[in-house]
Amino acid sequence: MALTGKVDVEQYLRRDRLPYMWCPGCGHGIILNALIRAIHQAGIERDKLVVVSGIGCSGRASTYLDCDTLHTTHGRALAFATGIKLANPELHLIVLTGDGDAAAIGGNHLIHAARRNIGITCICMNNNIYGMTSGQYSPETPEGAYATTAPYGNIDHPFDLCALVQAAGASYVARSTTYHARAMEKLMLKGLQNDGFSFIEVVEQCPTYFGRKNKLGEPFDMMRLLKERAVPASKAAAMTPEELAGRIVVGELHHQPRMEYTKAYDQVIARAMGGAE
Amino acid sequence: MADLLALGQERQLMQGNEAIVAGALAAGMRFYAGYPITPSTEIAELCSEYLPRCGGRFIQMEDEIASMAAVVGASLAGTKAMTATSGPGFSLKQENLGFAAYNEVPCVVVDVQRMGPATGLATSPSQGDMIQARRGSHGEYGIIALTPSSVGEAYRLIIQAFNLAERFRVPVVFLTDEIIGHLREAVTLPDPGSIPIINRAKPTAPPREHRPFKPGADGVPVVPNYGDGYRFHVTGMIHGEDGFPTSNPDVVERNVRRLVTKLTDHIDEIYQAETRHLEDAEVLVYAYGGTARSAQRAVRLAREKGLKVGFYRPVTIWPMHDDHLRQALAGRRAVVVPELNLGQMAGEVERVARGACPVHRVNKVSGGILTPEEILAAIEEVY
Amino acid sequence: MAATISAAFQVRVNQTYCKGCEICVQACPRGVLALNDLRKAEVRRPEACTGCLSCEIYCPDVAIHVEEVAFHG
Repeated sequence: MALTGKVDVEQYLRRDRLPYMWCPGCGHGIILNALIRAIHQAGIERDKLVVVSGIGCSGRASTYLDCDTLHTTHGRALAFATGIKLANPELHLIVLTGDGDAAAIGGNHLIHAARRNIGITCICMNNNIYGMTSGQYSPETPEGAYATTAPYGNIDHPFDLCALVQAAGASYVARSTTYHARAMEKLMLKGLQNDGFSFIEVVEQCPTYFGRKNKLGEPFDMMRLLKERAVPASKAAAMTPEELAGRIVVGELHHQPRMEYTKAYDQVIARAMGGAE
Repeated sequence: MADLLALGQERQLMQGNEAIVAGALAAGMRFYAGYPITPSTEIAELCSEYLPRCGGRFIQMEDEIASMAAVVGASLAGTKAMTATSGPGFSLKQENLGFAAYNEVPCVVVDVQRMGPATGLATSPSQGDMIQARRGSHGEYGIIALTPSSVGEAYRLIIQAFNLAERFRVPVVFLTDEIIGHLREAVTLPDPGSIPIINRAKPTAPPREHRPFKPGADGVPVVPNYGDGYRFHVTGMIHGEDGFPTSNPDVVERNVRRLVTKLTDHIDEIYQAETRHLEDAEVLVYAYGGTARSAQRAVRLAREKGLKVGFYRPVTIWPMHDDHLRQALAGRRAVVVPELNLGQMAGEVERVARGACPVHRVNKVSGGILTPEEILAAIEEVY
Repeated sequence: MAATISAAFQVRVNQTYCKGCEICVQACPRGVLALNDLRKAEVRRPEACTGCLSCEIYCPDVAIHVEEVAFHG
């Protein structure tokens, strides 16, 4: 079982932009590299791939990919991507976002991209903090945790982003962590292959801000903690809410294929062009 | 209502908003993203009906912020894209409009102005967004804004809006108002085949050699379209010719200034204004948009009374052509500026006049229109 | 005489990309890697590598490459 799944990731990168600007031990690189391996396995034509990102440390990911890329305004990546995809459905769209970008300012666009089931694979890099602006709490920061804008402890309550996206109508929803890098890659591959809105939340470490503020140790210590908290979806199904408190449910959470938005619109075009009133 | 995709050249009745959609379709607009808002909603409804009929795409986004984002995305993917809104929605669009201006993305944003501020009077006209069209987003950037004064002009001008957007790679704000938007009047439209259509330039160099934000000799870069194999990066961060972020002060300074100068350096190509009676005018009336209709009549009434009054109607609101206006103001005893706001363009006229010609404001912010009689009274007062 | 082929693995750490985060050092099940005096990862026990690719997959900075090196034993 040697070298299983090895992919030359660098061939997908703008080498002159390296090294990645993220802190030592940041999970973003692990997620981006897994995504590249999934893109490779999916056999996506590079010149038809467009990667759109929002604002934040996650937003910088689009700089590194050697394909058409777009680094947008905060929270709006999915809306920009919707325009690109609808204007040219032949293009393959990936959106890279974070817990702040997708769950706070971008929450509304997340709901509607999922509701439309538009052909975009959305990777949410959830490190439970606003990293780029140096450590304010996000909608995914645990209750009681410390952040620069929660110096007395966070009184906000995080919410289940995957449940929201599923309820809104996404056809593929999954969650993983940076510890589960190989499984993450497989979930991403399935997301890329799903014709519709695919949402993969990856819980990861921000060692510099969230980690330090909450005394969580070194990067790999934080990843070990993710492993301990993780529980596979199949097992979680039989657990009570109390047992699930503080756990991270991982794996494929929802897969219900339904017509992808641009294909539904193609039918509108056919109908409009085909028949006069 | 006539079929907007098959309009003839015979005289026909048309609504302003209809003319905007018909003209946009003739210009090659094939993507619309918007959110319903009075008094622009007809534009969205007509686009939803007509775009799929010609293979174009329409989407009603969840808000005006998303609409502007989707328009930018569609344009980057190579499609002529448009959105339409009114005051509250125009305010929401500003961040992404600034993004479009900075990244030199061709697009058209129609603002059918209504009474503000805030929710205002949804069904009443105003000209309250004039400065906002130039300065609505943060930071420095260039913008083109056009203002029609009739339904027929709206048709011709929206085509020019798309042409200018493609030519200069800039968002063009189509600043109309509830008067023109909802006005129905007889029009005689040109044969669409007779109007030149401009499409954005495409790169000639191969992908590895082409620098997406390198300006041409005219100051406009040749930005590729997504999907054409250029694998380029577009970011809201200040970037260099290669599209990647930089903080090099020389590059930043040059990059930001060029957003303005690419337009002002070509002002003669961009600017349009209608002028009448400049040869003998003692007093000038400067009016635009729906108010220009009343102003035009006021000028005629004044001249019938023997008053030597001239008429200056900017069609291009931004950028202003200071020299052109200054020449028109030279030697006049006063300029009367009627506006449905508290003097937004009057302030600009004052700036250009540099004290050489007193500026007399005629302002109304009641939700009603300025009548020819009200404007005539102001002319007689300063004459 | 049949030749037997044993696989061995060569692990290389790009010292420019490596940020010394120590994930690879701690993730490796065989203790192949360690941080050097410059706080960069380096290979200490190459013979222990089984080619599991954990280091390469976990490295956030594309700094580690594992290659298979076949030799006759």
